[in-house]
Amino acid sequence: MQESNLNTEVRSSMVVRKTNRKKMWDTIKNQKQLMFMSVPLLIYIFIFNYYPLYGWLMAFQNYRPRRDATMFNQEWVGLDNFKFLFTQHDFGRVLRNTIGMSVINLILSFVTAIVLALLLNEIKNLFVKKTIQTISYLPYFISWVIAATIVSQALSTDNGIINNMLVSLRIIDEPILWLAEGKYFWGIFGIANVWKQVGFNAIIYLGAMASIDPNLYEAAEIDGAGRMKKMLHITLPGIKSTFVVLLIMNVAHLLSTGGGAGGFEFQYLLGRGSNIAWSETIDVFTLRYGIRMGNFSLATAAGMFKTLVSISLVFLVNGLAKKLGENRLI
Amino acid sequence: MYIKIGKKRHSIYDVGFNTFNGIVMVFLMLVTLYPFLNTLAISFNEGIDAVRGGIHIWPREFSLQNYRAVFVGGTIYRAFFVSVARTVLAAVLNVFLTAMLAYCLSRKEYVLNRFITVAFVLTMYFNAGLIPNYQLIRSLNLLNNFWVYVLPAMISAFNVIVVRTYIQTIPESLIESAKLDGAGDFKIFMRIIFPLTKPALAVVGMFTIIYQWNNWFDTLLYAPSKQSLSTLQYELQKLLASSFQQNTSARATSSLSAELASDMVTPVSIQAAITVVAMVPVLCVYPVLQRYFIAGLNVGGVKE
Repeated sequence: MQESNLNTEVRSSMVVRKTNRKKMWDTIKNQKQLMFMSVPLLIYIFIFNYYPLYGWLMAFQNYRPRRDATMFNQEWVGLDNFKFLFTQHDFGRVLRNTIGMSVINLILSFVTAIVLALLLNEIKNLFVKKTIQTISYLPYFISWVIAATIVSQALSTDNGIINNMLVSLRIIDEPILWLAEGKYFWGIFGIANVWKQVGFNAIIYLGAMASIDPNLYEAAEIDGAGRMKKMLHITLPGIKSTFVVLLIMNVAHLLSTGGGAGGFEFQYLLGRGSNIAWSETIDVFTLRYGIRMGNFSLATAAGMFKTLVSISLVFLVNGLAKKLGENRLI
Repeated sequence: MYIKIGKKRHSIYDVGFNTFNGIVMVFLMLVTLYPFLNTLAISFNEGIDAVRGGIHIWPREFSLQNYRAVFVGGTIYRAFFVSVARTVLAAVLNVFLTAMLAYCLSRKEYVLNRFITVAFVLTMYFNAGLIPNYQLIRSLNLLNNFWVYVLPAMISAFNVIVVRTYIQTIPESLIESAKLDGAGDFKIFMRIIFPLTKPALAVVGMFTIIYQWNNWFDTLLYAPSKQSLSTLQYELQKLLASSFQQNTSARATSSLSAELASDMVTPVSIQAAITVVAMVPVLCVYPVLQRYFIAGLNVGGVKE
């Protein structure tokens, strides 16, 4: 009795295994079109995104880009490149600039986007609102080259509009070489970033404001709340979750570029010898050492450091967000 | 009575607030539009006259000289077509490939679904960096090659996720019934999913167009001295860089400056003309796609 039970069990499990295998073949057969459509793209992403990671080995070598250079006929130097990076005077400055400009950009872009969204939200005429909004994100679509050209012309000592205005208003006596002096660079960067991005950044808040329940406003009106009160107690709390999500995302990208592609392009385009102490960020540093001086190893070490810090920030902030999310639920 | 007084007081606040709001908005419009109008005015102004300054939003001595110099010279003319070619090609490829992969990843029964999704999502968080990427491009023989503009940016994980989220809102029954009629996945994708995904794909297309059209850095990195591969934005970048050099009284080495020396134009006026040429296509695209774009952005944002 027991034996036959065992037998049937074994037999049935064999049948199951057989049908499983058959099922697997069937699914592969059924899904071969899906595979045909997606596997080439998987290979593509491995070549262009994963394969270059092995270049990180260069950070532990003294890589010389000779003609017959491969990754394996180089001198291994351990952590020397990283040691050099952190003991070198330049890199501390570069790190300070990267973080400094990121933080300025983070604060300015959040404050201005929220204020613009609040103000736009209060415009009752739909046509006016839409027109202003459309114009306000126009600068987002032009390249940083054009934006940097506009900035450098506006700040020029040679009939630049900023200098002309400040001189005619008697705020300054003679034109200032704004871009030649490092101390103005962070401020110029912050303002240029706001000019280029504020309209676009406001879109998402306007979306959040549009989804606030109108009954809340009506109820507040009946209770005698004015415009300011409604903004403070209904609109602002209504966009809080959007704000938190965006804040988390931006903090995670603190080192990578400081809010969008502008973190590198602006600094590269308007950086020059006279302001380099305040304009050079990690990405510009990597470009200078890697491509211009041919020091592949040091540049790779700097880039690797940046990526690793960014990834840790992403995880840290994600963990924090989860905790915050739980708190908010309670 | 109380409400009435309340209303009256509020209306005073309202007037004050509206005035303040109006002033801020007018200021915003001025600051946003002035640089564009100013560039436009300078580009249509006689070059040497423009150096005197004082041109705001209307040209003082109208001239088409700058545009003639831009398009007769050949350099910019060619760069314009390289810019157009890379933008169009990359946009078409991006839209199609993103949609195709997004469809595959929206099929819950697909065995490789999870693996491919994770492989793509991870790429959003790391980047091998400048030098390893440069090495890759070199070993693929893409240096000084037109395809270096298109191949490395054919698909982005973020776009795939956005479009997949959009596809998941399409009723499953459409696909089921097509399957019962004997349609394969590719046919379902081409005939049903692709046309229905248009709003999300418009967003992908637009961001690709903006990215490609505005990119100057890949030219600087991978084809800096190959004139036949130069793009509009790269020419502008060279002009910007050489304007610094002139300030420090070094000679500009851009091949464009030699070309310009023979004309009655100045670097500032030619820069303005190229800027206008480089802005026009993007400004034409964005109002058209705007309708889709806000809808698509919201879809991607909410569901993520």
